[in-house]
Amino acid sequence: MTVTYPRDLQYTRDHEWARIEDDVIRVGITSYAVEQLGDVTLVDMPAPGEDVQAHERFGDIESVKTVSELFAPVSGEVVDVNAALESSPELVNEGPYEDGWLITIRPSDQGELEGLMDAAKYEEYLGTLDG
Amino acid sequence: MSDTLRETSLTNEHRTLGARLVPFAGWLMPVQYAGIKKEHEAVRSRAGLFDVSHMGEILVEGPQAVAAVDHLVTNDVSKLEVGRALYTTCCNQAGYILDDLIVYRLEADKVLVVCNASNRDKIVAHFAKNLSLGTPWNDVSDAWALLALQGPKAVAIMGNLGAPPEVLNLPYFHVTRSSLAGVELWVARTGYTGEDGFELFCASDDAVTLWRALLEAGESHGLEPVGLGARDTLRLEARLALYGNDISEQTHPFEAGLGWVVKLDAGDFIGRDALRAIKAAGLDRKLVGFEMTGRGIARHGYPIVADGKQVGEVTSGSPGPTVGRNIGLGYVPAALAKVGTGLGIEIRGKVVDAVVVSTPFYKR
Repeated sequence: MTVTYPRDLQYTRDHEWARIEDDVIRVGITSYAVEQLGDVTLVDMPAPGEDVQAHERFGDIESVKTVSELFAPVSGEVVDVNAALESSPELVNEGPYEDGWLITIRPSDQGELEGLMDAAKYEEYLGTLDG
Repeated sequence: MSDTLRETSLTNEHRTLGARLVPFAGWLMPVQYAGIKKEHEAVRSRAGLFDVSHMGEILVEGPQAVAAVDHLVTNDVSKLEVGRALYTTCCNQAGYILDDLIVYRLEADKVLVVCNASNRDKIVAHFAKNLSLGTPWNDVSDAWALLALQGPKAVAIMGNLGAPPEVLNLPYFHVTRSSLAGVELWVARTGYTGEDGFELFCASDDAVTLWRALLEAGESHGLEPVGLGARDTLRLEARLALYGNDISEQTHPFEAGLGWVVKLDAGDFIGRDALRAIKAAGLDRKLVGFEMTGRGIARHGYPIVADGKQVGEVTSGSPGPTVGRNIGLGYVPAALAKVGTGLGIEIRGKVVDAVVVSTPFYKR
């Protein structure tokens, strides 16, 4: 199966994406993660103003079947949280790169963005995963 | 990876249908096709087709078949008429649950016992050891496939396939020999979803023919293949116990709410004395249904708390797609088992409110 991933995003090994938008980073999960999770039923996220650490858990996402941790692609302060997910978690399934975004972060260290993968690298990385 | 997992006769059909296959009890099984919620809804409103060929089947035969099986299970098989089925637990000497089973009396001298895939080896060994000497029995799990057609359109779909009236009018928990799409099979009006429907036992070699014929006959009725993911949410809404979650060798039938399948006065069976004593002593804890009133989803193994102390554990929990609430089952002290009692479910360190509700969560 060949799925291509948006070229304008950066990716983590935990299947989050990051989009640079002026002074904030918008964060979501990739279509690969969505596929693995199935129907998303609940997203637990931090409140605006809280700090998150790169590669550390900032929330949880639950599907009918399972619960997975969400990891921050970069460190910084949470600026905005996608409030629509509270009542419509299925937005994550319907548009993981659009209406299904999770949070925006004001990064404390722009250098951390260098550690993320571009789409080609992410696709290569997915190819190495079993199953 | 997957070469150590067993496949059913239908695994390639599942691949073709785009199922996600996952390991389950040593088998490679479809967890979902179109998505758990969609499949769940299909079964509740139309119909779903399940491959449950991983389940274990033991055939017990001969004039002693009924008495021999009766001795191994808590329910009363001795009065089971030909063509009827019953649900039962199978307990050890201490009265704890080895498995839950459906026992079908196919013929006067032929009894079919269906057990969970995860317990097949244990139950086969238990039967081998405890069936009265000279009773012919056979583990036919590999030779037989099991398909489940479940949902309000199940009868219409069977009608489309040309099923005879005795199949279409088969009462609940009855079983009959028939033929469908040229395939010889045993048809039972049983299931694990809380919906009307059938379970179809045929030779493994015929499974693909039957599977394809059913999908085709059901197409105009919105029949969809359904995986183990939706099977779990369907059975939970109907409060049907899942072995390994809600019942196990650490639980007995009375606390699990399965006292109705324990017939203490209907002849001796393994575990009867222990169960009589357990019943006389009264229950310390009970399996209750609860729904989340706070924001959160309870999962198997999460602590149940009251007044800041852990008082029990969640045995099953998930969103209930039809009931539209996050639901679960768990053991709590008998004093906290009353409907309306407030409980806390500890979800990743945070206590979220829940309330004991009456079950089943969903009734058709």
